[in-house]
Amino acid sequence: MSEVILAATDVRKYFPITAGVLKRTVGHVQAVDGISLELYQGETLGIVGESGCGKSTLARVLMGLIPATSGSVKLEGEELVGMKPSRLRKIRRDVQIIFQDPYSSLDPRMTVGKIIGEPFEIHAEVAPKGERRRKVQELLEVVGLSPEHINRYPHQFSGGQRQRIGIARALALRPKVIICDEPVSALDISVQAQVVNLLENLQSEFGLSYIFVAHDLSVVRHISDRVGVMYLGKMVELGTEDQIYERPTHPYTQALLSAVPVPDPGLRGHRKQIVLTGELPSAANPPSGCRFRTRCWKAQSVCAESEPALEVRDGGDHPSACHFAEVIDVTHAAY
Amino acid sequence: MSSSSPVTEAPGAIPPETPVRGRGPTSGSIWKDARHQLSRNPVFVVCSLVVLVVVSWALFPQLWTSLGKLECDININRTPPSWFPGKTQPGYDADLDGYVLGTTTLGCDMYSQIIWGARPSIVVAVIVTAMTALVGTTLGLVAGYYGGWVDTVISRITDIFLGLPFLLGAVIFLALLKSQSIWAVILVLVVLGWTQMTRIVRGTALSLRDQDFVEAARAMGATNGRIILRHILPNALAPIIVLCTIYVGSFIAAEATLTFLGVGLKPPEVSWGITIAQGQDFAVAGFPHLLVFPCIVLVVTVLSFILMGDALRDALDPKGR
Amino acid sequence: MPESDILQAGTPADSKAVASLYFDTTAPLLDVQELRVDFQTKEGVAHAVNGVSFTLEAGRTLGILGESGCGKSVTAQAIMGILDSPPARVVGGKVLLSGVDLLTLNEDARRQIRANRIGMVFQDALSALNPVFTVGWQLGELFRKHRDFSRKQAKQEAVRLLDLVGIPAAGQRVDDFPHQFSGGMRQRVMIAMALALDPNVIIADEPTTALDVTVQAQIMKLLADLQAERNMGLILITHDIGVVADVADDICVMYAGREVEKADVYAIYDSPAHPYTQALLESIPRVDMKGQQLASIQGLPPNLTSMPSGCAFHPRCRFARERCREDTPPLYTVTPGRLSACHFFQEVLDS
Repeated sequence: MSEVILAATDVRKYFPITAGVLKRTVGHVQAVDGISLELYQGETLGIVGESGCGKSTLARVLMGLIPATSGSVKLEGEELVGMKPSRLRKIRRDVQIIFQDPYSSLDPRMTVGKIIGEPFEIHAEVAPKGERRRKVQELLEVVGLSPEHINRYPHQFSGGQRQRIGIARALALRPKVIICDEPVSALDISVQAQVVNLLENLQSEFGLSYIFVAHDLSVVRHISDRVGVMYLGKMVELGTEDQIYERPTHPYTQALLSAVPVPDPGLRGHRKQIVLTGELPSAANPPSGCRFRTRCWKAQSVCAESEPALEVRDGGDHPSACHFAEVIDVTHAAY
Repeated sequence: MSSSSPVTEAPGAIPPETPVRGRGPTSGSIWKDARHQLSRNPVFVVCSLVVLVVVSWALFPQLWTSLGKLECDININRTPPSWFPGKTQPGYDADLDGYVLGTTTLGCDMYSQIIWGARPSIVVAVIVTAMTALVGTTLGLVAGYYGGWVDTVISRITDIFLGLPFLLGAVIFLALLKSQSIWAVILVLVVLGWTQMTRIVRGTALSLRDQDFVEAARAMGATNGRIILRHILPNALAPIIVLCTIYVGSFIAAEATLTFLGVGLKPPEVSWGITIAQGQDFAVAGFPHLLVFPCIVLVVTVLSFILMGDALRDALDPKGR
Repeated sequence: MPESDILQAGTPADSKAVASLYFDTTAPLLDVQELRVDFQTKEGVAHAVNGVSFTLEAGRTLGILGESGCGKSVTAQAIMGILDSPPARVVGGKVLLSGVDLLTLNEDARRQIRANRIGMVFQDALSALNPVFTVGWQLGELFRKHRDFSRKQAKQEAVRLLDLVGIPAAGQRVDDFPHQFSGGMRQRVMIAMALALDPNVIIADEPTTALDVTVQAQIMKLLADLQAERNMGLILITHDIGVVADVADDICVMYAGREVEKADVYAIYDSPAHPYTQALLESIPRVDMKGQQLASIQGLPPNLTSMPSGCAFHPRCRFARERCREDTPPLYTVTPGRLSACHFFQEVLDS
């Protein structure tokens, strides 16, 4: 296996809840609560989960954009948590991000050339002044846009093209890791595939490692080598794409997968449907023990008492945080 | 092309050239768009012409009148213009047709008094606006971008100043200052006027701070200073400029009001406020022109600035389109 | 059972404005013919909907599938009569509800029809509900206005409806404000509002796009159950190829303001007869298989003010020939009940 490029150990991020004029802290939203993961050189790690599960927060903590409350994040062995801001700014070169919203992610007052060239201004050592324009044009070509577009403004482009501009900006500093935060979910279906393919091509061309955060399980399966499933700030299951999609063992993963519609009417009524009941509990006051137990059909008293660790259990071949982990095939038709 | 070969390239190829959505071919930066839109807006064109004229009065009064600032003849005071419908008083023996707007209480030519009076009004309004914008933008950007206790402190101070009633506050301050120079008026207006600008810039900065492009800049390793100057400020500029335009109009009115109330400028200074103040006593006594002409000029000028600001806001606000 | 009385009295309850209309129960429930909607924009006239026709029978689900800007939502708004005009204007066609052309009715009559006979579920429930009134009050208003219910009766109805759409503890939640509900629960409230006066047709415009996948499954199940129970016609507007595959009976694929393919759901997924449908199906990843490189559709949907000549899809089409640039393809009948707007549909079917 290739080397670990980014490693998180027991990362937590709690956001304080304040109240009153004095902004007294009355509680904490446990957005990310004790997550450990490793990202290997050249791989894509997908992170899935529903809104509010903390996946976007996790992504930002991993790149030091949001300081972790506790835990450790190591980029090529160097600890990011608690790093001096000036050093952190330097090291940002190596981890870049692609955003979900192609509209708010580009400064509307800047030309495309300025937007993609900004990383070179911040890290002047990467490209001497005279070369920057040429580099920007190269980047435009790499992402499939015409170099002549350098003087245009973002609003003159469509959503998909704007997403390409955002990708070019992320590539400018030749990062080692790119965090993709829902990069295609705001795009039209016919454009999604273009961007997914572009991301795949860039990965093999530049040897990038991706953390691919998304709620669309089909896209994540397509692009990821390994996948982590999050629920309410916790990682509930982590495995290879094949393990998670073909042999899921955590009830939440199973419910999630079974809810994804498959574009094949022939499978109607033949796939296992697990419809979850109840509401997502508040991350400020999560249930005791297993956080999923309030909506789980397997829940027993042990689930409320002890929190299941994310570990490989009998009957599974990959880590799963369920006391009663067992494989159920939910993606395929069961005739 | 033969009928069987595809018209287009292989699937998965690069998308074709710039299908620009939404805007016409003139589309460029937001400022270019705004300019294009404004040049076709009659209200804006008329208002900016008025503003241009008034500003040129302030800069080059000699271009508009041959009479000096204090070239007056008390013997011909309060003469209504010959064409004025309210001309009931028997005039003086001299033929005063040369005074198109009549003469003032002190016997000065009303027309040239209005020309000369533009300067202090404009100077006060422009300097106050510039200083307000400087203070308000700086504080607003800092408070909005950094948030936290910085924001709390600045916002509370703003609230305190906002609590002071503008007119009463100005009258009291000026009365206390006991100096009625143009600088005193400027100082008082800045002290009382910076709050609204601060609040608006703070609000804009606050909403921009959470935009993805700001986060992207941070992810690239940009410093806070760079983010504020390169990303937040340029995007907050539109509302600042709109507000400034409206402010110039309001401060012209504020200066005239304070002067009228006797706490602003004092003769021998010439300003619209002074002319109006001097005319008020006699206006009801059969000399309406003493009030009518300076008031019309004041109102039209103030209105022009404010309407210009509105038009600018419409042109710069992408949601309005 | 007071409510069943009212339901039976459904037609008379349509007040004066509608009373004179003759609804023909033998005519198709909803029959849209050659609907055209134009938008006046700065760059000229955009033909947002350009001759759309379809029929919806009671108890059936029609999926209208397309990307943003293809005219699917505008079609729904035109049927409902809630287009913003200007800039939008219906410039042609008919919308027949049980034989009555809605487009010829006055605003008052349309409002009645909107309340009583066609319900709509919007994508964004938070902005579709009024934030300053409780959901119970908003639901009850329908009954007070259209059924002359007392406040107490109306509230009872509201509770009954909230219960019907699966909101737990409906009796207590009826006094909550929209923002106190989660996204999925809010969408349930929207469905309750659409169902309130027992309409014959429900139009759901991207009802689950803003929702998480597990909630989406719940909402789609609820819609399908209610539809079956009440024998309503359902129009499901979406861009999600998976969702329509699960629930629709018939599918109408739209591109650039036109229908490009219309067929029953099995046929269309089995062997699409239009290159656009085919490309869409090939371009999406599936959760139940690990695919190879996705076959992406090159280019972008066209600008509605400057449409390509001939077939609007030709610049992105892998089957495109010279003819496609010149002739706009009509809706060819592929097999009975199955239509495709492609000159070369046979070739597409065979590929």
